[in-house]
Amino acid sequence: MIHTDQKQNINMTETLMNRINELISHYPSDKRKSALLPVLHEVQDAHDNWLSIELMDKVAEILEIKPIEVYEVASFYTMYNLKPIGKFMFEFCRTSPCCLNGTENLMDYTCDKLGVKEGEITSDGLFQVVGVECLGACGYAPMLQLGDFYKENLTPEKMDQLITDCKEGKIILQDK
Amino acid sequence: MSKKILLDKINVPGIKTYEVYRQNGGYASVEKAMKAMTPDEVVEEVKKSGLRGRGGAGFPAGMKWSFIDKKSGKPRHLVCNADESEPGTFKDRYLMEFIPHLLIEGMITSSFALGANLSYIYIRGEYMWVYKILERAIAEAKAAGWLGKNILGTGYDLELYVHCGAGAYICGEETALIESLEGKRGNPRIKPPFPAVSGLWSNPTVVNNVETIASVPWIVNNSGDEYAKIGIGRSTGTKLISASGHIKNPGVYEIELGLSVYEFMNSDEYLGGMSSDRPLKALIPGGSSVPVLPADLIYKTANGEDRLMSYESLSDGGFATGSMLGSGGFIVYNDTSCIVRNTWNFARFYHHESCGQCSPCREGTGWLEKVLHRIENGHGREEDIDLLWSIQSKIEGNTICPLGDAASWPVAAAIRHFREEFEYHVRFPERIKNRDHFTTEPFSSLNVSKSKVIT
Repeated sequence: MIHTDQKQNINMTETLMNRINELISHYPSDKRKSALLPVLHEVQDAHDNWLSIELMDKVAEILEIKPIEVYEVASFYTMYNLKPIGKFMFEFCRTSPCCLNGTENLMDYTCDKLGVKEGEITSDGLFQVVGVECLGACGYAPMLQLGDFYKENLTPEKMDQLITDCKEGKIILQDK
Repeated sequence: MSKKILLDKINVPGIKTYEVYRQNGGYASVEKAMKAMTPDEVVEEVKKSGLRGRGGAGFPAGMKWSFIDKKSGKPRHLVCNADESEPGTFKDRYLMEFIPHLLIEGMITSSFALGANLSYIYIRGEYMWVYKILERAIAEAKAAGWLGKNILGTGYDLELYVHCGAGAYICGEETALIESLEGKRGNPRIKPPFPAVSGLWSNPTVVNNVETIASVPWIVNNSGDEYAKIGIGRSTGTKLISASGHIKNPGVYEIELGLSVYEFMNSDEYLGGMSSDRPLKALIPGGSSVPVLPADLIYKTANGEDRLMSYESLSDGGFATGSMLGSGGFIVYNDTSCIVRNTWNFARFYHHESCGQCSPCREGTGWLEKVLHRIENGHGREEDIDLLWSIQSKIEGNTICPLGDAASWPVAAAIRHFREEFEYHVRFPERIKNRDHFTTEPFSSLNVSKSKVIT
């Protein structure tokens, strides 16, 4: 399992706990563990988009399961980040149908523009470019996922604008 | 123009909202099923319709429903598989995003038929905005009295929730999906027992794809017999096809099964022909896991018959000369596409997505990716092509779930139909200059013997 010693400020706000309890209520009372994936999404969203060991331990406590049950799930699914990530993570779909329409060249363009290699975070912590497997947008390639949303039919010009919008705070990452 | 039963209202302004959906006849199937039919009668209509599971396997939906264990006395569940992750496939997202109440109506009617009082829609985590659309639609349906206690005064109760995954293709396999819904890693279970006997929390469970469930309201409203009149042979009804690649009009289309592949490819109503006017080289008709077809087998079967968009016609000739309808993920390649690179790309996908439970899949998919990568990058060895064939043949059929087969089939088909391209990579590594090698210099122009590219 990927692990970092970096500390994370854990803040289980009332709003967050209310949402967690609502999610737990979607399952029979003796099946609280079923809420694990949705709960991990919620706590990750509320904690700079990553999960420290301490945060996963907190989730285990809330769901009344063992910490290892959380670790094994968090390390299995690709959407849980076990170390800090860039504020704006550009997740390019690089599976074949998208590549047919130029994803690889657009990823190169974006990396060059931001001055990073794939996977690296810019020095200001704002951006990260990663390649991911199929995002289910094959007809609208090239595309990327940013927060809760898809940005599709991208061109270098649209990438430039997207980067500018991110820097200027015009991008909403989550649909609340 | 093909009959539309799933997308016929898709362009109605505001159809995403409950009010507009209801004004356009929405939820009529729930009323009809609960007030005028017994659950068994609903199952019987679905059986009569001939509807086959639209997730990829094509198993008859009504028959699957009839397997559910009603004698155990345990709670029963319906789980909608909205984990759409098959490369080339993006149809379910379209349906859920633009007409979410159709799926919810289908879930209520289908749950009633199965006697399920607690049902879930398991959606892939990446579709987070769609997850929230569904949550809002469920809240609307509940406020209108279609969910909850004593629906329509019939005494039937149903709670429906959306559950999000977190990025794992394997969770599209029904038992892995159930494991994931139980809050675990998505490791497939050995079958039997099948979910209809022991599924979610060991209770009898039916898992159906989004498109399958969304077809149920029309069947209940119009009868299974009417549905069976649409389509051809045992490929009844309509099918959503998601088209991508080198075509003029990529997107999601609803077609009547039995439409010719030629018409689907070339008419303006559908794909509009090839983009950039380059010749057609290959086609994957049903998502990345099904065999690729070379150009000379796309419009005609090996017997010279017109190739149709149907389960039977697309698989005509078996894997030697056919493919599968699968999930309807229709990927089109022109002559600038490198088959080796494409096959390596898919191998990387399956290696990444293997859950790691079975050795042939865990290790084999990695070997496929590694060998394909070195061939594609000009470092291949003469024996590598046969090595690839050997590896894929040892994965197929030797794993708990079909992911091993899905990883194996694309490699086998690529070698079967395009072996000369693999040989070209091995013999002329100096020509494999970069990843765009066939974009800048189409394979068809290289004067390689046995080229199967036709215009």
